[in-house]
Amino acid sequence: MTERTATVGPGTSTDRAAVPLPSAWRLGAARGAIEVKAFFRDKMAVAFIFGLPSILLILLGSIFGSQAAAHGVTVGQLFTAGMIAGGIMSTSFQYLAIGIATERETGMLKRLSGTPIPPTAYFAGKVVQVMVCTVSETVLLVAVGMLFYHLHLPTQPGRWWTFAWVFVLGSAACALTGIAASSVPRSAASATPVITLPFTVLQFVSGVYVPFNDVPRWMGDVGSVFPLKWMAQGMRSVFLPEQGAALEPAGTWEHGRIALVLAVWIVAGLVLCTKTFRWQSRN
Amino acid sequence: MDSGAAVMVRGLRKSYRDVTAVAGIDLEINRGEVFALLGPNGAGKTTTVEILEGFRRRDQGTVSVLGHDPGRASRASRASRASRASRAWRARIGIVLQLASTGPELTVLEMVSHFAGFYPRPRRPEEAIDLVGLTAKAGSRISKLSGGQTRRLDVALGIVGRPELLFLDEPTTGFDPEARRQFWQLIRTLRGDGTTILLTTHYLDEAEALADRIAVIAAGRIVAEGDPGTLGGRSEAAARVSWDAPRGERTTVETSTPTRTVTELAREFDGEVPGLTVTRPTLEDIYLDLIAAPENIGGEQP
Repeated sequence: MTERTATVGPGTSTDRAAVPLPSAWRLGAARGAIEVKAFFRDKMAVAFIFGLPSILLILLGSIFGSQAAAHGVTVGQLFTAGMIAGGIMSTSFQYLAIGIATERETGMLKRLSGTPIPPTAYFAGKVVQVMVCTVSETVLLVAVGMLFYHLHLPTQPGRWWTFAWVFVLGSAACALTGIAASSVPRSAASATPVITLPFTVLQFVSGVYVPFNDVPRWMGDVGSVFPLKWMAQGMRSVFLPEQGAALEPAGTWEHGRIALVLAVWIVAGLVLCTKTFRWQSRN
Repeated sequence: MDSGAAVMVRGLRKSYRDVTAVAGIDLEINRGEVFALLGPNGAGKTTTVEILEGFRRRDQGTVSVLGHDPGRASRASRASRASRASRAWRARIGIVLQLASTGPELTVLEMVSHFAGFYPRPRRPEEAIDLVGLTAKAGSRISKLSGGQTRRLDVALGIVGRPELLFLDEPTTGFDPEARRQFWQLIRTLRGDGTTILLTTHYLDEAEALADRIAVIAAGRIVAEGDPGTLGGRSEAAARVSWDAPRGERTTVETSTPTRTVTELAREFDGEVPGLTVTRPTLEDIYLDLIAAPENIGGEQP
């Protein structure tokens, strides 16, 4: 606040017409870059998002991992495949829901909506951020599984294809439901518990923390409504030996049903987002 | 397309369920003017400003802000043509909002540079930071700023797009006296560049120091409007002449001709009048009268 004058005044609207608005693509890239930069500087968030699934995998794997589940599958492999699905959901659903709720309640969303940035650029930034985190998380968990629990990278192209579509459909379904879920917490302080508690329960009933065939039937039925159970099943079909399919409730990997459930959640998430998304806090 | 006035409001109404927040407001803010909206909490100040900013829908009335209806901005994402028009409009206004102190893990310079990138013709980020006096903190994380520094950052983010019209909602709340004076200087600098400024404030001295015109809002209506010197009949209001009468008691008369009263007193006392004071109502006196009885004034426009 020095006493000198600024170099150029606001000018007239005719001056402005000559300078086009920055493109949505460029702004989306700028949003993505700043989101990723801010995320990796937030040491607590990084430790939470990447550390927790890896630590849980090492703990669970070390306690139960040497047991053979049956059909040439080790419990460590079951846990790793499930935890990869849980990791995808944590970097898409959990992180987005908490992050957007916090941005809404601290006024950051309102501030952005008061600038010329188009909403598509904001969401494009989130997509970039979620992709970077989800890929990193998956690589990390696969590495832990390979290092400690005899996880093997698939050799058949068909399995890589399965991996690709489960990964893409799963993270899309979780990201969209995460954006929708961001409207549930009423304050920035409550965002983490409000989102994390149901997510933790979901990981139990979906066979992430416990092999799915050890989950009580009614719990498994609840889990089957949500995407995570199907993502975990898809990841098992990628990383477990073929005969492991016998451990699944249906006795097969049910690829068609996995794709169907995830597609339904993508559509439902998209509808929920467009119906419920708000740029301002209700308070 | 662009009419002369920066802001034109006619018959604006807004209710929340059965509570009337804005009960028929007319406003006209000229280009290049600093306009202050004064009023107690709950008077409809924030609702009015948020409608002008395109953050809130109105129930009734016509609103034009830089020739654009801000009501279209709030549902602009539906059609790309409307969206482009509303983006172009947003590029011409600046809004100073209060950011929570827990921002993203970015430095002041990174944040201001990021926002500068949203606009077609922004200020240099360093210039915006310098204008608000945060140059020494440009490399600091937002989370490490003090309350007053965070407010300065809010202002930098509001002006970095070089707005034609700037909305300032209680900008100096939490500033120390020196920071307020520096901030006032910034407002004068922006005004000198031709920026139109709509300011809401609780501080009457701030409105008096900065505003070309003031409107007082109470119970959803404008109860007075004018320049700081004449608002609410201030210039014609009766002056109070007080003195110590010979028997010792303090005497006060209200008069529209204080000079004559003083001349008579001087003759009466044959020289110095003991304890003589002549006062006119301060802006604060006028304001408190105006908001105390809005129903008496009944929303009549001055």
